[in-house]
Amino acid sequence: MTLMSIKKFSFTYPGADEPSLKNITLPIEKNKITALIGPSGCGKSTLLRSMNRIHDLYPGNKYDGKIELFNETSKKYENILDIKKENEFIELRQKVGMIFQKPTPFPMSIFDNVAYGLKIAGIKNKSELQDRVENALKGSALWKEVHDRLGKSAMGLSGGQQQRLCIARAVAVKPELLLFDEPTSALDPISTGAIEELLVELKKDITIAIVTHNMQQASRISDYTAFMYLGDLVEYDKTENIFLNPKEKQTEDYITGRFG
Amino acid sequence: MEKIFQKLSFSSATLVFIILLGIFITLFNAARPAINEFGLHFIVDPVWNKEVPLTTPTAKTSTVQASTTDDNIAVNPDDFSEDDGMGMDEDEDSVPTKTVYGGLVPLVGTIFSTLIALAFAMPIAMGIAIFLAEIAPKNISSLVGGAIELLAAIPSIIFGMWGLYYFAPIVADLFGGFQVSLLTAGLVLGVMILPFMAAITRDSMNTTPDILKESAYALGATKFEVIKDIIFPFSKTGIIGSIILSLGRALGETMAVAFLIGSIFELPHKVTDPTITIPVALANNFGEASGVGMSSLFYLALILFVMSFGVISFAKFYFLRKVN
Repeated sequence: MTLMSIKKFSFTYPGADEPSLKNITLPIEKNKITALIGPSGCGKSTLLRSMNRIHDLYPGNKYDGKIELFNETSKKYENILDIKKENEFIELRQKVGMIFQKPTPFPMSIFDNVAYGLKIAGIKNKSELQDRVENALKGSALWKEVHDRLGKSAMGLSGGQQQRLCIARAVAVKPELLLFDEPTSALDPISTGAIEELLVELKKDITIAIVTHNMQQASRISDYTAFMYLGDLVEYDKTENIFLNPKEKQTEDYITGRFG
Repeated sequence: MEKIFQKLSFSSATLVFIILLGIFITLFNAARPAINEFGLHFIVDPVWNKEVPLTTPTAKTSTVQASTTDDNIAVNPDDFSEDDGMGMDEDEDSVPTKTVYGGLVPLVGTIFSTLIALAFAMPIAMGIAIFLAEIAPKNISSLVGGAIELLAAIPSIIFGMWGLYYFAPIVADLFGGFQVSLLTAGLVLGVMILPFMAAITRDSMNTTPDILKESAYALGATKFEVIKDIIFPFSKTGIIGSIILSLGRALGETMAVAFLIGSIFELPHKVTDPTITIPVALANNFGEASGVGMSSLFYLALILFVMSFGVISFAKFYFLRKVN
């Protein structure tokens, strides 16, 4: 089933004449990994950042169309572009988490990092916090490496560990959808491999959308792939179709490395 | 050519140390008579420029027995002759006297006016910095930021005049007591250090990476939570640095405080009492001072020098340690 459905979506940055995204229609399937690929400047990160409206931290953006998120309790699709109040934004971002290009550990201990999202969501019970932090760290394949130094600063971890910590932090609040914005672009191949494995593991519980520059990565881990170019969605299909049997000439040129 | 250039730049760099050391040595040398005369007791003695009768040798021994901490112990025949040589006490015919100087009052005045300034400026500066760095839209932020920098550019004498004629009556109305007082001086001092503190704090808050803030927002944090949990811890060193630099400035401020503190050598019992600070004592008394009095002023200057030097080097080392 479709968790998020983007319909005729356009996006304009403040002060820009032309929209950066034009008339995008794209489903995000539940418990699948959807990869967004395309050359730099094609709008894939812009699209990803619209899905939890992190754009709205900076004023003046213009949205058109709809981004509908399935609400588990009311069993209805709700347009997240209608959100205006801060508590609705908070609710949205608890459902739709985000991981960034670079690891972003907070200046606090490993435990507090993972517990942060839970604490601000109002969970105060110590044992519940402990359980959920442990589960999140185990789910992010980090528990073995850090279980004896949870009280130490998260800044002391390696880049790959920090990125998995950020994933654990996002997973701890049990989001429905996790957005990954080139999560491995700052990491070495081994850490990248660990994160890719983790993503495939995570999709059992969480739907994933990932922006990547690395086409091998998209073909390795994703179930669906969307190819974007200059703000347009050129082609969206099952990943094997995109990579083995693209319908559009542009897609074929890009994935075979003829441009991009 | 290369050698000359190297030597030139090396000597320019050395000059700083020579000047620093030179100032310290000059101050110390000039203060030496007072240091010899009063010793460390100077720091806790609240008396300034007061003539005390020199007791006869028999009486002196009795005072020694009575209280060992009395400042009369320091008096010996050498000091007496030195005092006498200055001709200050010539007209006192019957009882031989000597003039005693103590630095407690200006020291207390300096420390407390600085503390009042910090207590007043710190919360407001934090508020301004948070507003400028996080809450205000860009155009308002740059407008207010510019105003803050202009405030820092106002010469201190203008703060003094403004404080005396407009601010002091308001303070006296609100808190009672004298118009010129420790409180008035401290508050105006606070207004003066406010722009520094706000500007440096804002700059260090601005160094928080956007991506880090976004990560917190993406977890469902509110603006307040992001400021409290991410921005403050991240810019902690910069904030502490701004406080210490403002402290250094407040310690040495002369002109504005001279207008507002009342310039009397008396320990303040309330914050609304007038008193004096070290820089003001120096500025007001250098003209007429001579002999041990002059030397005592240098002693005060030395204390101020060591204090601000200590504060700034503490800040420097704190930063260095953090960077490493």
